[in-house]
Amino acid sequence: MDYLRPRSWQDAVALKTENPEAVPICGGTDVMVGINFAHIRPVALLDLSHLDDLRKWTHHNGTVELGAGVTYTDIIEGPAHHLPALAIAARTVGSPQIRNRGTVAGNLATASPAGDAHPPLLATGATVRVDSMRGTRNVPIESFFIGPKRSVLEADELIRSVRIPTARGPQQFSKVGTRNAMVIAVVSFAIALDLAERRVGTGIGSAAPTPVQAAEGGVYLESELARRGYWEKPRELPAAMVDRFSAMVSSACRPIDDVRGTTRYRIHALKVMAARTLRWAWADVVKGWQDAR
Amino acid sequence: MLVELTVNGRRRSAENVWPGDNLLYLLREHLGLRGSKNACEQGECGSCSVYLDGALVCACLVSAGQAHGADVITVEGLADGDRLHPIQQAFIDEGAVQCGFCTPGLIIATHRLLAATTSPSDEEIREHLAGNLCRCTGYEKIVEAVRLAALEMAVS
Repeated sequence: MDYLRPRSWQDAVALKTENPEAVPICGGTDVMVGINFAHIRPVALLDLSHLDDLRKWTHHNGTVELGAGVTYTDIIEGPAHHLPALAIAARTVGSPQIRNRGTVAGNLATASPAGDAHPPLLATGATVRVDSMRGTRNVPIESFFIGPKRSVLEADELIRSVRIPTARGPQQFSKVGTRNAMVIAVVSFAIALDLAERRVGTGIGSAAPTPVQAAEGGVYLESELARRGYWEKPRELPAAMVDRFSAMVSSACRPIDDVRGTTRYRIHALKVMAARTLRWAWADVVKGWQDAR
Repeated sequence: MLVELTVNGRRRSAENVWPGDNLLYLLREHLGLRGSKNACEQGECGSCSVYLDGALVCACLVSAGQAHGADVITVEGLADGDRLHPIQQAFIDEGAVQCGFCTPGLIIATHRLLAATTSPSDEEIREHLAGNLCRCTGYEKIVEAVRLAALEMAVS
């Protein structure tokens, strides 16, 4: 096994083209498990953890850009208030030890349907910046995942950063597991309300071959809120509206039975989580509106 | 590959390290520091918790190459000669050590917690130690030990 330690991002991208089979490693929370258990035997490791620029995040023009080396702890201690759903998800990742090493970019590269960052990224309409010697491309999150642990990343490409629009309304995230810490989601859900654009973003984890949006549910809620004038004058949501939304969310998933949970349980749990997170987020909208008056 | 790093304030180096080895293996098998324990090798149990450049990490999830040039503190680095660190003493005094396998990781994680928060609440203790599994104590004694250590360290 070779160990490649690039001195700059340009160097890293060049090395990835020269060694397309090299496995990028940053936090190591996925890659090292694979190596420790001999599930993977990479020809080479491409160590990105020493590139200080990757560890930075910036905020301008309504977008937070997280460098590929930004850890979950960095998010919690940094741009959390701009990215509430992702920050909540970040706090549910693993343990302090894992949050100190794991990155959103690594979560994306692994592309597990259960990745905790994915539902918030889907709900907020994030974009993944991918670099190679051929150039840069910006991949909308909804077209990033193509199968279980498969993404559109090509062998010569590296994730440079993730761009996330800053919150323009309440956001929520919910995750079900057997305990609070060190849990791979049985099912997870994120919702992002955009009060400026009057849009409802959603993301579902661990309940389909890839993380997915519940686009129909979002559109239904947007139009129903508009029809009733709730965007202008927020009030408590009728139970029927919440039920309809959560039913549409749960019908957007295609879960399987596995060691962590059954199809039936996942569908039921997702329905409950969609209703709860909507109620939590909408309560903040109503309170914000009342406080402003 | 050659890996050079600082461990507990001392420059150390190891030759012929396989790049796929992790920092835990490097510490235990190349450098003879067997305080950090190997239980799960997947970041679940926290028994191998060490400081890597000031951050609490699972040594089993850091590749040896990533540790090159790093500053590592292990459980061996906490005692002052024969004098135990107050956290170590508190774990003994409260009976928080049973089989002892999880103890080094919990001591390091507690050290990190008390460096950030001098008098943590029980919720903060449990949240911060959530990455460290103990199959003996049921955690009550451990939480008590952390409280005692916080008190002792506040006094001294």
